[in-house]
Amino acid sequence: MQTELPPPVAPPISRASSPWEWMRVNLFSTWYNIILTIVCVVIIVVGISNLLRWVFDIAQWNVVVTNLQLFFVGRFPPELYWRVWLSLGVLACLAGIAWGFSRTDARWLSHSTLIALGVIVAAVILLPIPLSSRLWLVTIALVATIGYAAGRQLPPNLSSWLPVMWGVAFLLVWWLIKGGLGLAPTPTTVWSGLLLTLLTATTSIILSFPLGVLLALGRQSPLPVVRGLSTLYIEVIRGLPLIGILFLAQVMLPLFLPPWFRDLDRVLRAIAGLVLFSAAYLAENVRGGLQAVPRGQAEAAKALGLGAPLTVSLIVLPQALKAVIPAIVGQFISLFKDTSLLALFGLLELTGIARSILAQPEFIGRYAEVYLFIGLIYWIFCYGMSQASRNLERKLNVGQR
Amino acid sequence: MLKWSSLLLSAALLAAPLSGCSRFLYPQLSAQEGGAASGAVLNRVKTRGRLSCGVSGNLPGFSYVTQQGEYNGLDVDICRAIAAAMFDDPQAVDFRNLTAKERFTALQAGEIDVLSRNTTWTISRDTSIGLEFAPTVFYDGQGMMVKQSSGIKDLKGLQGRSVCVQTGTSTEQNLADQMRKLGVKYTPIVFEDDKATFAAYQQGRCEGVTSDRSQLVAQRSALPNPDEHILLEIVMSKEPLAPAVRNNDPQWYDTVKWVIFGLIEAEELGITSQNIDSFANSEDPVVRRLLGTEGDLGQGLGLTNDFIARAIREVGNYGEIYNRNLGPDTQLNLPRGQNELWTDGGLHYAPPFR
Repeated sequence: MQTELPPPVAPPISRASSPWEWMRVNLFSTWYNIILTIVCVVIIVVGISNLLRWVFDIAQWNVVVTNLQLFFVGRFPPELYWRVWLSLGVLACLAGIAWGFSRTDARWLSHSTLIALGVIVAAVILLPIPLSSRLWLVTIALVATIGYAAGRQLPPNLSSWLPVMWGVAFLLVWWLIKGGLGLAPTPTTVWSGLLLTLLTATTSIILSFPLGVLLALGRQSPLPVVRGLSTLYIEVIRGLPLIGILFLAQVMLPLFLPPWFRDLDRVLRAIAGLVLFSAAYLAENVRGGLQAVPRGQAEAAKALGLGAPLTVSLIVLPQALKAVIPAIVGQFISLFKDTSLLALFGLLELTGIARSILAQPEFIGRYAEVYLFIGLIYWIFCYGMSQASRNLERKLNVGQR
Repeated sequence: MLKWSSLLLSAALLAAPLSGCSRFLYPQLSAQEGGAASGAVLNRVKTRGRLSCGVSGNLPGFSYVTQQGEYNGLDVDICRAIAAAMFDDPQAVDFRNLTAKERFTALQAGEIDVLSRNTTWTISRDTSIGLEFAPTVFYDGQGMMVKQSSGIKDLKGLQGRSVCVQTGTSTEQNLADQMRKLGVKYTPIVFEDDKATFAAYQQGRCEGVTSDRSQLVAQRSALPNPDEHILLEIVMSKEPLAPAVRNNDPQWYDTVKWVIFGLIEAEELGITSQNIDSFANSEDPVVRRLLGTEGDLGQGLGLTNDFIARAIREVGNYGEIYNRNLGPDTQLNLPRGQNELWTDGGLHYAPPFR
């Protein structure tokens, strides 16, 4: 029997490398690495300095500054701007509450809170907007902060009500923008700019989700007709380009509908096209999730006496959807960007209004500035969506199942 | 086996509703059947109280959205004039942006009442697409822009030089035809879209650039030094741009046609939006008939007699519309040339109002 302990092994040498050391090892280790490093640095420096010189020296941002409200709300009547601001306030409040719920254990002023505050302050100070808009922005920021504080205080079990609140807020925003039921209605011909982009994108996302899930379930169904129709639908739509479907929706849809339904609104037609298209792709994403759920889960549910609807809605779907959140969000991000195709059908969403602004005689030829600006707007929203999805994944612990 | 039967069944399910829909698939047919009741469009527009007008929406000087969110431009003002003539309200128009491909379908499907989208009037469009063209509101033509310093005075001066041109358009073909006729050897440098074409010209990759003259002038105003570039005094093709309506409703066609003629006639008579009130007591029978103080020309169209007076008061005569959108006070500063009245050596000529 061995009684002696083995001789202690020295801990691995941890080298706290200085930046210089790190560079020597990683960037200048061999002669070809040195050349690569120098070439890359030169390219980066030249590229960035040229870009900065263009942004600050050559570019004439006047086209963006004077048309700012056209980019955001387009042709929406100015006397009704309060409805847009109010919608924004409702959404900001809810977002604040949701954020508060998700960070009950964090410090009050975390990094992300500070960044958000900084962005809002910069926007209020720097954006060349009228005083009333500044006041609205400050109010909305305040409302969001209050929502955040409230979200932190409220009992966490209330957070399951959040989806319902989002649904109500969505309907409320539609009502505020569209009018009716006591508010003066606005014709959809004046919906334009970022407002229209967001309306079409969020509505299409919300409507295509249930349709996609149903199609995915239909494709897995043991009933041959349901399965056949779902498969047919998915494969037909996936075999067509989005531009073709949008064209069909804009031009052909009114022909298929009964005459008294002929004057279907163009925005609704666009949404219909986007929903039909997106649902087919979503169905395939969800099907991937459904197949990832082990069969034992459904069998166990059956053994416990759950019927088919309960098995699907309580056991299978939650696990399946959780597994494919990244794919679904990716689908939604691309749907958001695909709304820019509507510019080809004369809808003045963000890209469409940009093209119209480029035709203003005093700004002919300012393509770079305008397209860079709307590119930035698209990026902000897409990045926001991907951040939100990562938050959701963290909350649902997808990675550590 | 089961799989095939289900597929067949689903196909049958899909086909059943479609077979009943052939009527909806050919709206122009069914509309023509119903179009015997002439004036259907006119009545529809009147009941609706608003005109639905198809425009380009992104063409400088012709139709674009201003910073205040209003539509502006020559094509836009034509629609506003029609609305003013009908409803005494130039704002009673819903504008709809249309692409070049979509424009005729939208008109046939009845989604717009009038297409005012810098559309060239050609025989094939007039006959086979089923359109009816109102009078030309802008005589365009293919031109050539060169740098003043190059000393080029005409197409022969381009011998051995290069010309930037957009590919896939009639522009490219017209240029080749003209040059072959003159026996000039040149190098075409072709691009997919107009932005790249003009960017290349700006960078000096070609000595000349060719496109429609209105387009050339608009793009010239965007160049760093517009004065250094000139348009050659040559027109390589005819591009009469005219509003269009569907060809199954003569009464509506007459309405659009005579509102435009009225704008031209008003300029010829010197009636503007500013001085129209001073013509109220005019003794000139021509003026009195045009403004509806005498005769009932408007009622013949199903409108009020003062329909031209309304359009001029709210929108202005043709010359005012031109100057407001393309004239010397605008960025575009497009010389009127062929778009002068016939009395000034141009092509605009209105038949008599009597």
